[in-house]
Amino acid sequence: MTAARAVRATALATLAAILAVAGSGCGGGDDELTIYSGRIQGLIAPAIKLYEKDSGEAVKVRYGDSPSLAATLVEEGKNSRADLFYAQDAGSLDAIEKAGNLEPLPQDVLNLVPARFRSRDGRWVGVTGRSRIIAYGEKVGRDELPDSPLELAEAKWRGRVGWAPTNASLQGYVTALRLVQGEDVARRWLTGMVANKTQVFDGNVPIRDAIAKGEIDLGLMNHYYVAEAVAKDPDYPVMVHFPTKDLGSLVNVAGVGVLASSSRKTEAIEFVRTMLKRPAQQYFANSSKEYPLVAGIESAKELTPLEEIPSPKIDLASLGDLKGTLELMRETGAL
Amino acid sequence: MVVVAAESATAAEAVLTSRSLGLVLRSVGLAAAVTAGAIALAVPLAWLTVRSDLPGRRTWATLATLPLVMPSYIVAYVFVTVLRPRGLLAEALAPFGVQELPPIYGFLGAWLVLTLCTYPLVLIPLRAALRRLDPALEEAARVMGRKPLEVFRTVVLPQLAPAIGGGGVLVALYVLSDFGAVAILRFDSFTREIYIAFQSAQRTEAAALGMVLVVVMLALFALYARVRGARALHRSSPGSQRPAAPARLGGWRWPALGFCSGVVAITLVLPIAVLVYWASKDVASGLDAAAIAANAGNSLLAAAVVVAVLAVRFPGYATRAIERVGYAGYALPGIVVALALVFFGTRVALPLYQTLAMLVFALTIHYLPLAVGPVGTALLQVPPRLEEAARGLGRSPLQVFRTITRPLVTSGVLAGAALVFLHALKELPATLLLAPIGFETLATDIFRQTTTGFFEAGAIPALILLLIAAPPLYLLNEKSVSAP
Repeated sequence: MTAARAVRATALATLAAILAVAGSGCGGGDDELTIYSGRIQGLIAPAIKLYEKDSGEAVKVRYGDSPSLAATLVEEGKNSRADLFYAQDAGSLDAIEKAGNLEPLPQDVLNLVPARFRSRDGRWVGVTGRSRIIAYGEKVGRDELPDSPLELAEAKWRGRVGWAPTNASLQGYVTALRLVQGEDVARRWLTGMVANKTQVFDGNVPIRDAIAKGEIDLGLMNHYYVAEAVAKDPDYPVMVHFPTKDLGSLVNVAGVGVLASSSRKTEAIEFVRTMLKRPAQQYFANSSKEYPLVAGIESAKELTPLEEIPSPKIDLASLGDLKGTLELMRETGAL
Repeated sequence: MVVVAAESATAAEAVLTSRSLGLVLRSVGLAAAVTAGAIALAVPLAWLTVRSDLPGRRTWATLATLPLVMPSYIVAYVFVTVLRPRGLLAEALAPFGVQELPPIYGFLGAWLVLTLCTYPLVLIPLRAALRRLDPALEEAARVMGRKPLEVFRTVVLPQLAPAIGGGGVLVALYVLSDFGAVAILRFDSFTREIYIAFQSAQRTEAAALGMVLVVVMLALFALYARVRGARALHRSSPGSQRPAAPARLGGWRWPALGFCSGVVAITLVLPIAVLVYWASKDVASGLDAAAIAANAGNSLLAAAVVVAVLAVRFPGYATRAIERVGYAGYALPGIVVALALVFFGTRVALPLYQTLAMLVFALTIHYLPLAVGPVGTALLQVPPRLEEAARGLGRSPLQVFRTITRPLVTSGVLAGAALVFLHALKELPATLLLAPIGFETLATDIFRQTTTGFFEAGAIPALILLLIAAPPLYLLNEKSVSAP
């Protein structure tokens, strides 16, 4: 009895306190630029500081994973409190564009980035690029490495390769494959990969760790996952191979868009501009080893230069249209 | 969510494919196996920590319930680190000629990890129920010549069925809606389908798939209703109830202690050791004590308020209809609940959207069933005759509730509080989407650290999570034992 009463009393007191705090926090929703960021805090916070320094204004950031934040923005619609969406992949931005809540960006901002790294309608723009590479462990000799990811379906690699079919990056790759080399090539590759006992992982990090542990020999992932691990531990036993044939090491982007429902569009566009200026671009090139997309800024020297990566004529935005890819992946048993 | 699901009929196709059905069966199979495992672990633990003279019973009880506070993906990664073919265990066994262990991925690994993560869901309500049992029945059975084990099987166990069943339902729902652990252990589950649907921005399909989980939940509930049945579980003898005398373990004391320490070693000491090992490798990544203290404070605050809201409101849960609908909040993955509340918040409750009040509301809905179960089973054990007598003596229904019913269900309420508390401390998806910007908890900190590409980086906030959960849990445990 006393216990219940104590719980109840504490309960009411805390409840009153919290509602007071919550209430006082209300009113001020619109006074600061608000970003929904699918990119992680450790990476993005220093870049945001650059904008805060330039503009003298504070920025509020809600962190999460890109698909969840994209789904949230779609549900929120016109009532969103976000001014900007900074996504990990083109697909998430495309989903918001399709939902009709992205503002067209000024042409001078768009022109900073090559056309293949921005939306066709000019509503979002890539900030940095990453390429799909083949990571490999110590048991694989350099001369054995395949020229194309398509070769991973061959008997030689049976059971030795890891991939992450639920991962948006791999799905983007399959979409590109369908668009560039046709449905049949994509189907044959997926069927081959499944038949070849390709090991299924939940994401790029577990694949990388499994290569390091010698459980598998090769893995399909984005280049910076390895760069991160090597930055931490120079002896990390995983290396990067940039395949050159077929789609090669396809480049996808992380990018940003301004929400049509925003009441601070001028500042939001200014933020986009800051991300495309030299200091921010240089920062990404140095820290996350991503490709800067603005001309005249060099990528980390250990990477294959962006210009040398084969660039299939595809619209990155179309990578957001995943329905057909998911159907094909299910049909072939990859998912 | 129902609204979104109803938006499109094509979504039905997504649900009715044979492959989705196959995945549902896989998930249900895993849920059944984990539930069985969790019950098998929880029953002896509960009995030993409530009814025997085991030394340090309350401490054992606290330690044994603590694993529930860890996010399941962290526990999964801990076990993968240890048990993977060339993991820590293989390294430790290397001097004995072991080079590689068989892979733990798939069903077996998922079963192991989820059983170890979820058995407290049975243990907590079971201890509360065990405490409330009338020893007179057992004594009568023994006097009539039944052996102790037989008494346990024929007299004690049937009375515990509602608590075990209720806990079992929670375990099954936990398994069905879990993303993290199954993904890391590479077990294809039904939740993966929901995840893919979200990722590709096909929310109608995601919502429809979510409804499948609700249907499975309703089926589970029908099953549970049969377990709970119409049996009378309250005591019928006159006089007031006494606490049972602890059973003397005698020579069994050492095996019993061995069992308890074995469970605690695997579910708590091993993860802590691995976390400490990771943390020691990763000190350089920056240890901001002030930020961690603030996050810990926020975690506790949110969890305490959710518990408080439920504690204040618990009388309202008596009706079964509410109880069933309420379980939907727990049967669905957190992200589904969170998005449903984004929908609700931006359309109906805009001023409250992304405030603490909204977050508390979300967690309350999400974790309501955790409180409903133990309180419900406690209500079953209240002798209606007592309430009738009080009514007969002229008390109003409200007075009867206040003076008779509520004191008798206190242990159930505290058990429910412990369950909600442990869950709210680690909640992630709703906190990320619905909390005010800048409101960071230990769970969001673990998320922030682990998404840098290194699960190891989440070790420090995970350890602190365990540390701050222990004292309140100890208090709740002690209270539930000493309450009538």
